[in-house]
Amino acid sequence: MPNVQAIWRGVDRHLVSLGAAILVLALVLCVVAPGFASVTTLYDMALALLPLLILALGLMFVLLVAAIDLSITATVAMTSVIAASLITRNGGYLSGELGIVIAFVSFILVGALIGLANGAMAAYVRMPSFMATLGTYLLLGGAAVWYTSLHTSSSSIAGLPGAFSVVGRGSVGPFPIALLIAAAVTVLAWLLVNRTAFGRWLAAVGSGQEAARVAGVPVQFTILGAFVICGVCAGVASIILTARIETGSPVLASNMLLDVVGAAVIGGVSLYGGVGKIGGVILGVLLLTMLDVGLRLMGMSLFAVLTVKGLVIVLAAAIDGLRNRMARR
Amino acid sequence: MIKQASPLLRMSGIKKSFDGVPVLKGIDLELAFGAVKGFVGGNGSGKSTTMNILGGVLKADAGRMELAGAPYDPAGPTDARTAGISFIHQELNLFPNLSVAENLSLEDYPRIGGQMGVIDWRAVRSRAGAALRSVGLSISPDVEVSSLTPGEQQLVEIAKALTADPKLIILDEPTTSLTSREIDRLFGIVRELRSRNIGIIYISHALADVREICDEIIVLREGVVTDEGDVHSMVTDRIVAGMVGRSLEQVFPRRRAPEARDTPPRLSVKGLSKRGTAKDIGFDIAPGEILGLCGLMGSGRTEVARMVFGLDGYDSGTVAVDGIPLRPRNPREAIKRGIAFLTEDRRVEGVHLQQSIVWNIPLVRLSKEGRALAWLDPSRLAAEASEIARRTNVKAASLEALVSTLSGGNQQKVVIAKWLTLSPSILILDEPTRGIDIGAKVEIYALIAELAEQGMSVLLISSENEELLGLSDRVVVLEQGEVREVIHRADDRFTEAGLTIASSAGGSGR
Repeated sequence: MPNVQAIWRGVDRHLVSLGAAILVLALVLCVVAPGFASVTTLYDMALALLPLLILALGLMFVLLVAAIDLSITATVAMTSVIAASLITRNGGYLSGELGIVIAFVSFILVGALIGLANGAMAAYVRMPSFMATLGTYLLLGGAAVWYTSLHTSSSSIAGLPGAFSVVGRGSVGPFPIALLIAAAVTVLAWLLVNRTAFGRWLAAVGSGQEAARVAGVPVQFTILGAFVICGVCAGVASIILTARIETGSPVLASNMLLDVVGAAVIGGVSLYGGVGKIGGVILGVLLLTMLDVGLRLMGMSLFAVLTVKGLVIVLAAAIDGLRNRMARR
Repeated sequence: MIKQASPLLRMSGIKKSFDGVPVLKGIDLELAFGAVKGFVGGNGSGKSTTMNILGGVLKADAGRMELAGAPYDPAGPTDARTAGISFIHQELNLFPNLSVAENLSLEDYPRIGGQMGVIDWRAVRSRAGAALRSVGLSISPDVEVSSLTPGEQQLVEIAKALTADPKLIILDEPTTSLTSREIDRLFGIVRELRSRNIGIIYISHALADVREICDEIIVLREGVVTDEGDVHSMVTDRIVAGMVGRSLEQVFPRRRAPEARDTPPRLSVKGLSKRGTAKDIGFDIAPGEILGLCGLMGSGRTEVARMVFGLDGYDSGTVAVDGIPLRPRNPREAIKRGIAFLTEDRRVEGVHLQQSIVWNIPLVRLSKEGRALAWLDPSRLAAEASEIARRTNVKAASLEALVSTLSGGNQQKVVIAKWLTLSPSILILDEPTRGIDIGAKVEIYALIAELAEQGMSVLLISSENEELLGLSDRVVVLEQGEVREVIHRADDRFTEAGLTIASSAGGSGR
């Protein structure tokens, strides 16, 4: 007979309250937002949140080691234009099926390399990750535009082959391909965090770097790894986003940075490091997306929606601050 | 000593509870004019609560206090100060960025032209000069406090207390950061104050200091006065018995002499040198042996341990386990070779405070192989953790409890448990009982002895000579980064006095 109290103790209170908030929000939106409670809206919303989910999961790894990656959306844009330049029908370097396979690999590889650079600055040069990735954010943002200008006279690299863009809208049986990709990323992330030594190292480095070092945790490797994973996630998210608009864009995801950080923090990933759960991130992404979609359906302007979202994120960060203070006592 | 009709201070039947938990169960204390009273007891004995009541910080639930015959019932610390009680805290309350003179006048600057006038700097300086002379400190009043040694700062603090013309001074752990010469100076001033009829309550863990400077000693345990008497009758054994409720022999486990020394050493350190820190340090530890490392602050005790474990680098020398040198020199290599290291700073380097007990315990083992993708079975890890936590006797409501919610002693047991998951062959302990109450201390001592018995080699670093003497087979004495000598258990100098003399500068001792 399992002990009810023990089970209750094992339940994460943050996740429970987050789930309850989502439920309440859903009920309210069903009433006040016209058209929210329709299958099409919900289906569209579920598909729309997938890139955000992948990005927030990637960022979670970096937040776990008490760092931050502000260049994550710029990484999305950079991988987008590089891959697009490879396979665009308007003078791409590669063609055919092999070209498309290489393009997929390039998303991930370029993302990983950017993560490696960020990670090296944070782990080995010991720069504050805030500063290092703010730098790469600007650098990549500029470089992506410049790189695009080398390949086209327009502002983005269009003309991607249909065999590539099917990833954005296509399905395998009843399952959208994007959903399958996001599910795979989520499962891998969960396994990495909860079922490997690396997962413990992440939390160990994030919640006490000195204690981690004494315990033999490879601190620098762990920080580097977190950034590489974050970069790879940015590459994967970029595949879906690029395929959806069938264009490599140097400003892809540029308005998503706050949403990515916000979703993670709402999901209970601590900005102080060491704390974060996959389930929380999923709920955080869901809450933020529902808020966004619901408020728009209610007819609020883009700026009003931004204001509300900003408020919710600030609130979540405040709760994070309080939780951190309690835990340190 | 001048006798007066009523004592300087009389506390009778003082009781205090926090949240219904009695902390003081009726304390009686009497202090004569011009007497120095040692006030000792373990953590949680009620020492600081008693002093806080005396200092007006807390209010007693029951009991009476009299100061020089008149009823004394302070409403706050200011009342205590005006009544003539000065409390010199362990953490000094000086502003390091201000000058000595400014610190001495901080509470009421002398002014020219009334309350709102400009500060009279000449008066500030002359007042400071007089105060410094009263404690025999020949420094300029204009130097910044941060440039003084801890001992000088302590004296400035006393000088500051004296400007209020106190009748009673409470000194809380005044010698912890002082050199032996500074301690001598402090004691000289305490004797000076005594001759001026000022009463002194001297709180300290350092029993040798207490016995040297005090006239009488009073011992507290769990909110009760367990023993009291003049310094000649209160020998160390009796004080400890009063603090712990058992005698010194029972505090430290009985140690069996380790096997003959001709077995090859488990750990051998040769020619360990680092500029400014260590010079040609060498020692061996046999299997089952406990080697003590003794020395003053700054002698390189902790630094040596950190170098051996690979946390800090060194210029030359070798550290070998079972004859094979450690390479590369990093913590993970040390861990792989079976070295466990309980660092001095438990809260920062020993545990992850914000994580649970069951999370903390397996961490070292999960890092040992350095395989990032090593598969991890949480239920098996939890089972192993709870097994080891039982062995080290961690007391907690649940193993899911955050380490930050545990007492210092239990946190330390978590650290030990964490290292035992390695089944180490060498255990380095840096101040393993610092800030831990006497009950947990006794448990940790027993555990250390048991581990040595099982064949583990232990390097024990401690600033408490009593601890080194109680556990070690040999003690290496360090001075300014060099090995001065090695004292065996059988040696005549394997005593409190012997170690103190050997470790203090120049060997002259106090």
